Amino acid sequence: MSLEYQNAVKDLAFKYGPENLVVMLGFLDMDLIEIQAITMTDGDPSGVGSLSGVALRLKVYHILEPEIKSQIPQDVYQEQIGLMAITAGPEKIAKISELLQQLRTTR
Amino acid sequence: MFKGKKIIIFGERDEIQGASIENCLKAAGVKEENIISSITECFV
Amino acid sequence: MKPVIKNYAYTMYHVPNLVRYGSKPMREIEKNPELYPKIHELLRSYFEAVSYPPNQVFIGNIKPDDLRAIPRPWFKNPAGAFRSGKFGEIFSEDEFLGLLKIADVHDYELIWLEKTFTAHVKNVLNENPILQETDLQKIGEGKSIQEIKEKLEKGENFSLPLLYENILVGCFNRSKDVHAQEDEALSPHHLMEGLVAKASGALALKHLIRREGIGPEEIDFILSCSEEAIGDRYNRGGGSLAKAMGEMCGCQNATGSDIKSFCVGPVYAIVFAASLVKAGVVKNVAVVGGGCLAKLGMKFQGHLASGMPIIEDTLASFAFLIAGDDKKSPIIRLDAIGKNNIKNAAKPESVTRAVVLEPLQKLGKKITDIDKYAVQLENPEITEPSKTGDVPRKNYDTIAALAVMNGEITPADMPAFREKHGMPGFSPTQGHVPAAVPYVGHAVEAMENGEIKNAMFVARGSFFLGRMTQLEDGMSFIIEKNPKRKEVKNV
Repeated sequence: MSLEYQNAVKDLAFKYGPENLVVMLGFLDMDLIEIQAITMTDGDPSGVGSLSGVALRLKVYHILEPEIKSQIPQDVYQEQIGLMAITAGPEKIAKISELLQQLRTTR
Repeated sequence: MFKGKKIIIFGERDEIQGASIENCLKAAGVKEENIISSITECFV
Repeated sequence: MKPVIKNYAYTMYHVPNLVRYGSKPMREIEKNPELYPKIHELLRSYFEAVSYPPNQVFIGNIKPDDLRAIPRPWFKNPAGAFRSGKFGEIFSEDEFLGLLKIADVHDYELIWLEKTFTAHVKNVLNENPILQETDLQKIGEGKSIQEIKEKLEKGENFSLPLLYENILVGCFNRSKDVHAQEDEALSPHHLMEGLVAKASGALALKHLIRREGIGPEEIDFILSCSEEAIGDRYNRGGGSLAKAMGEMCGCQNATGSDIKSFCVGPVYAIVFAASLVKAGVVKNVAVVGGGCLAKLGMKFQGHLASGMPIIEDTLASFAFLIAGDDKKSPIIRLDAIGKNNIKNAAKPESVTRAVVLEPLQKLGKKITDIDKYAVQLENPEITEPSKTGDVPRKNYDTIAALAVMNGEITPADMPAFREKHGMPGFSPTQGHVPAAVPYVGHAVEAMENGEIKNAMFVARGSFFLGRMTQLEDGMSFIIEKNPKRKEVKNV
């Protein structure tokens, strides 16, 4: 996760309190989702950025997760996300869901 | 949805963009002032 | 008069010692000077850059589809090291410094090269048929190393060192005229970005003219779609690289201007060029894109972290000749341009629909009717180590998903669609350069060989980078095999 964004997230967490923040991702790359989510949960694994050793334990979600999708009016979801949901495919959506759910519940 | 929470959005130009996520959240009743940051990256 | 893509040319320049002047390396080295030796260690030799398979695809020696058969990482599996390709050539760094000197206008003296190095450069460039005697004369006699060192002592606000094989061989200066002295827009670094774009684009234009076998004076109009903004403090970005390049190539009967639209620039430029030809305003339009100094080493941190070579050590440029129907070259379908209208900002997903599906609907065609899609063709080997993924693959996935939505294929067909209608990314990450157009030359060849009958070029750009809007952009055009082509053969 880029150093600039780590700084930005850290500042926002300081301002609002990490327990009051939720992060919503729209990337489809599994590696990128994982690194980003871990950085904002446990801290920067590369040990370089301002979140190194800082476990904010932010709740990280992905817009493709079923529990998010179910809360959005379906016509809007279809119009805004439909094409990308097909691009990702059901297997990847399941993987993303599993990864983020685990991070949200075990940390 | 996400009552009382502040939301940070990370989108990607060639995948799901921040604006798409914002539109969905707003349709689900999230107030605009609770979306405190929406970033869409251009990776190239 | 139907507009056609009459010819094309592609050139590259391996410039490892200029990587330090790329935006990202420059900023990081300033923060941490110990970084440079680490970067330097991972820079490639000219031989390695030339034999790098994606570069051989760029200059036309390997077909894009054949890149799939070469195992990754490509930097460990060199192809033949041919500096000359069917579409152009790959210049070395000493040659490129000489080309910069040729591009330098005498009164400004932006670049000084050391005497012995100057003699060496003249010798090397003398053998290249693309250059004329008048070009070589512009290189001059050079300066003493003492003069160069004295110039550099004034500080980087006045002069920047130029190296070859890590040895000081010259300097890049603020323009020597009075007005340039306090102008931030005319700092040595900004001027270097401009001159790099001018020199690299002009050489692509020279190759284009040579390939077409015409005189430079036959070009009527030049559109530069290079990303670099040139101008002084009153009009940053106002200038004309197009005419500067044309002047360097001897296009005495041409005028021209610059087209800017981030990564979509080349597609706009080709559409504008084709429109000028169709309207009969001019006959032969050259569309030229020069290389981007700022993008060198952009993803170096990812390369450094994975201990691989710094692949963004190469500038790239291209030139296309757009003219009226010659009864053999591919036709540009101006009746089916894909455009992303401003209203789509509210629905970012609509970009792909607008630029891919809507133009096809106008022609009564389906997505699967297009044989090859050229999208943002960034080389994945550059982007993947920095966790930014495979850009062309993402674009092909989206087009495939659109074909699913349109009921043409099923989700299970998506990988096969990608394989058949797509190609691996092979372009350097040079801003506007990867914008679909690296495939133009290959598309024309594939049509001549009967491998494809049409192709769509789709580019996407991030207008939000300018901080004036949050819009993003996309544009496309379709080319088709010229229906009159066969008749010509029979005559």
